[in-house]
Amino acid sequence: MKNLQKNEQVDALQEERNIFNARLQRRSFLQYAGVGAAGIALIAAGCKKNRRDEMMPSGVTLDFKDDFGVLNYAYALEQLEAAFYIQVASNPPATFSPTEKAYFQDIQFHEIAHREFFKKALGPAAIAGLEVDFSSINFLDRSSVLGAAKAFEDLGVAAYNGAGVRIKSDTYLTLAGQIVSVEARHAAYIRDLISNGSFADLPSLTALNSNDAGGLDGALTPDKVLGIAGKYIKTKINVINL
Amino acid sequence: MNIVNILEEIEKVDGEIYERLNPRRAAMKDFFNIGKKISLAALPLAMGSMFQKAYGQTTPSTVTDVLNFALALEYLEYHYYNHALVAAPTLVPTGLPTAAITTIRNHEMAHVNLLKGALGTSARAEITYAMTDFTAGGTFPLVYNDYVTFLKVALGFEDTGVRAYKGQATALKGNAVLTTALQIHSVEARHASHIRQMLAANGATGLKPWISLGAGGIANDTGVGAVDAVYVRENNDVQAGITITGIATGVTKAAAVESFDETLSKIEVVAIANLFLRTGFKL
Repeated sequence: MKNLQKNEQVDALQEERNIFNARLQRRSFLQYAGVGAAGIALIAAGCKKNRRDEMMPSGVTLDFKDDFGVLNYAYALEQLEAAFYIQVASNPPATFSPTEKAYFQDIQFHEIAHREFFKKALGPAAIAGLEVDFSSINFLDRSSVLGAAKAFEDLGVAAYNGAGVRIKSDTYLTLAGQIVSVEARHAAYIRDLISNGSFADLPSLTALNSNDAGGLDGALTPDKVLGIAGKYIKTKINVINL
Repeated sequence: MNIVNILEEIEKVDGEIYERLNPRRAAMKDFFNIGKKISLAALPLAMGSMFQKAYGQTTPSTVTDVLNFALALEYLEYHYYNHALVAAPTLVPTGLPTAAITTIRNHEMAHVNLLKGALGTSARAEITYAMTDFTAGGTFPLVYNDYVTFLKVALGFEDTGVRAYKGQATALKGNAVLTTALQIHSVEARHASHIRQMLAANGATGLKPWISLGAGGIANDTGVGAVDAVYVRENNDVQAGITITGIATGVTKAAAVESFDETLSKIEVVAIANLFLRTGFKL
């Protein structure tokens, strides 16, 4: 961690000396900034040694050059899920049964626990809190809430499955595994509420890269996941070194 | 997903990957250019043939060991469900329960075939139904006569499977095979969640879709003492040195335990699996 910061400082200093290089990088950033869908800017490897304060005009940056990027990515997704379930649990649809209300409370606390875990684990490297946009969800309507919950959980599973191969630390690779199976349990439960028996309906998950013939769940790269999650996030998320 | 990234990841654990793929680096450059164009859908196929080309008979033994270990577990799970469907037709109620068990059986079969295919000639010997003993030496004598007993043992298998894959993740770190293993892992977790709901609908009042804190704070939340080994350490609430209980308002010990599933080591899983294999066929 200390080494990491030191390296970034050295990089920044080197760039300061080379104004021409810095300008070029800024131009390459601007070129890519408008590309991303729904507020997600996917920045190509062109600006590997960016200086965050100058290069990133707003929002948060996920730098996938190391595990901090992957953990911050997970932190972003857990923030989104926690915000959603806090809203559901505090004012559930009228047709929720007592058990359903209790289980949505449970899920809420699971997502809060995940969110706070990543925040603590990342320490000063954590990205800022995200501003969410749930205007597409009708929180009074059972099917709207369940549909959104299903989308969040299935996407969360595919996100962790797709990000695992990027994790270099044994501890955090295992941790990601410990979380993703809980998300999969959520996904199955919510799917069964919508249609009993659809807990692992893999053909319905092909957009998330599932494979029914192999009995495989979804797995998506971060850019794909953020492209889908983008409609629920107001904060601009910049992605570099993917 | 960028196939070039995958190769870079593999290079970290196997510095000779490029030479294995093709001794001529110039040719690799061409491959990169093609790789960038391979669509996501075609990737598993491309990876499969690439790995065969890269490793042939010499897949790193840790990866082969993990895949064969997984294959053994998948054989066990497949036979467990398949026998119920083909040999005990009145055990699982018709309609939704039979449909669910069929779905799960089919996934386990798909996993067997996938792993066998990936291992090729390195695949372990087949485990047949005749080699199994799902009564676990008489611990569950009614496993194929009593529906609830059948579900309880099924849950033991699923929660063991989830924990077993998780425990092997680091052995596959940075390897493209890890992604496939994770994709199997989360399907097993979906199975476990559903079987917990099936049990809850058949008398196991309060059994949650996720592993919760057992009565009196014990690790096993199922109330079935015979499967304690499946749930060892599941009452842990400290993750990577961070105490989860109380990490935010409302995060009780139960919520903390539910939020993170735990791993099982290979030795622990083998001990569980061996309960269901006859003498002479144990792992």
